[in-house]
Amino acid sequence: MSHLLLAKDVAKRFGGVQALAEVSFSIDRGEIYGLIGPNGAGKTSLFNVLTGIYDKDEGSFLFDDQPLDQLKPNQVAERGIARTFQNIRLFQNLSAVENVMIGRHVRTRAGVFGAIFRDSATRAEEAAIERRSYELLEYVGVAKRANDLAKHLAYGDQRRLEIARALATEPKLLALDEPAAGMNATETQGLKRLLEDIRRDGTTILLIEHDMKLVMSICDRVLVLDYGRKIAEGTAAVVQNDPKVIAAYLGGDIALNLKGA
Amino acid sequence: MSVAKAGDEPRTAGIPVKVWAGVALVAVALAVLPFVAAFAGQAWVRILNFAMIYVMLALGLNIVVGFAGLLDLGYIAFYAVGAYMYALLASPHFNVHLPFWAILPMGAALACIFGVLLGAPTLKLRGDYLAIVTLGFGEIIRIFLNNLNAPVNISNGPQGINLIDPFRLGSFNFARSEVVGGVYFSGPQKYYYILLLITIGVILVNVRLQNSRLGRAWEAIREDEIAAKAMGINTRNVKLLAFAMGASFGGIAGGIFSATQQFVSPESFGLFESVIVLAMVVLGGMGHIPGVILGAILLTLLPEVLRYTMEPLQNALFGRVILDAETIRLLVFGIALVAIMLYRPAGLWPSATRKRELEVARAPEGAE
Repeated sequence: MSHLLLAKDVAKRFGGVQALAEVSFSIDRGEIYGLIGPNGAGKTSLFNVLTGIYDKDEGSFLFDDQPLDQLKPNQVAERGIARTFQNIRLFQNLSAVENVMIGRHVRTRAGVFGAIFRDSATRAEEAAIERRSYELLEYVGVAKRANDLAKHLAYGDQRRLEIARALATEPKLLALDEPAAGMNATETQGLKRLLEDIRRDGTTILLIEHDMKLVMSICDRVLVLDYGRKIAEGTAAVVQNDPKVIAAYLGGDIALNLKGA
Repeated sequence: MSVAKAGDEPRTAGIPVKVWAGVALVAVALAVLPFVAAFAGQAWVRILNFAMIYVMLALGLNIVVGFAGLLDLGYIAFYAVGAYMYALLASPHFNVHLPFWAILPMGAALACIFGVLLGAPTLKLRGDYLAIVTLGFGEIIRIFLNNLNAPVNISNGPQGINLIDPFRLGSFNFARSEVVGGVYFSGPQKYYYILLLITIGVILVNVRLQNSRLGRAWEAIREDEIAAKAMGINTRNVKLLAFAMGASFGGIAGGIFSATQQFVSPESFGLFESVIVLAMVVLGGMGHIPGVILGAILLTLLPEVLRYTMEPLQNALFGRVILDAETIRLLVFGIALVAIMLYRPAGLWPSATRKRELEVARAPEGAE
């Protein structure tokens, strides 16, 4: 199958609020899949349901031909979905490289006895973790800040560091929640190049983003949510001209007026 | 950025010698310390031994509070478990006399199990809520020990257990004074050396745990539990391991306490003890091993120093004793704690400079 992720009729309610309803979509291997929608449309809820932070009420995810139901967030990460957060959630009081090293946790083994006795296997693993972490910092472009505390990094660098930490878990699917938020145009260009590199190197990307220029220029396909429902899906060009999407973003009346103009 | 670190330049060649010299110096100082302290009286050697027991306790609690960020107010319960384990297996109470090197690991293991017992139901709690539950746990253990003398007498209740065996290796008794190789060793002085060995071992294990995959996972949970989970850390297991490892050091310290005092009773394991150990961790610098060691030593020595200085001081100042030593000791102790927290809120010796920051000096383009 070329589908990496298949979502079927996913629903999530918070009390009386229907955050997600009947959301179905599929992400192909190697694509950059955009997820857009106005504020409160349910994008982040979809991320949280996908990564196991929330339990979904209905529906199913099939990831890499395996169901993702009932898995805890750490098990989802183990299966190969890594994410970043809308409000950056780095380990603030640890250095940049330590943040990435923690990302290697799920792909390494050493336990208590390894830590205490430091046998050759553990030492080799530690060295590999450290080497790989520096490589990833280099890859995302924050190698110079490797030993600075995460909280002392510039905002754009923190976003990149979060991506490096996620990549350290060797994900098949990298889920990014508004990675360009708060970046200026130059930084966004740099981010775009990074995302293209990541895709080229074989990782599929699911991207929530409000920067339409970025979304439209980089995403192979885009899913549009509004009030928790899917209102459109397709290539950037198709979605852009979908009247329902325009209405969701601009409000129905204004959209009509624009068309008249 | 690394301009100020000029001193690091010759580290590959020059530093190791300095390091070895430093280690040798510290080793000599630690070796003669009990004899220096003996000039002030054997009581001071005992206080040094206590300081080391508290170092172990504080380091154990530091794993839970400092590394994993789980506020534990009942830590002393594990100390009690270790102490009673030793007391029951090496005293006339059950007429069982196992050697200390067998009981200490058993005590650590039992405390470890109790750590998991406390950790398992509290996995989803944090901060104040966790503190309340752990506080209750600590009290439960103490009250159990206080009442486990009927219908079957296990703990001997409030009277405690007496005549506990000291450490013995063959015919070598750590509690008895004797002349070894022409040098007179008192009991506390003998204990000092074995405690020093155990303490160094505990410190090494702690350092290694911190700089490991597991140590990083603990710190990740402390920093952001949700992000830690999303990065694939099994927070349940890792938290349980923190409780278990922390508790096992408490268990070891408890066994040693039992042997050096040769008497235990539930009174020694009250809430105040938990608070003192927590104060050592917080005051020294949470999560920073050298800071925690410093905190433990200072908070053990300070009350004792005050005990011996307050009366002479009052006599000198006022010509008579106005407040008795016991009262003023706790008062000054409290004021000192408040002052430290006001002026050094991160602790006396926080982990401001991380080890890896030194390595910037090695990579030329590491600094901008």
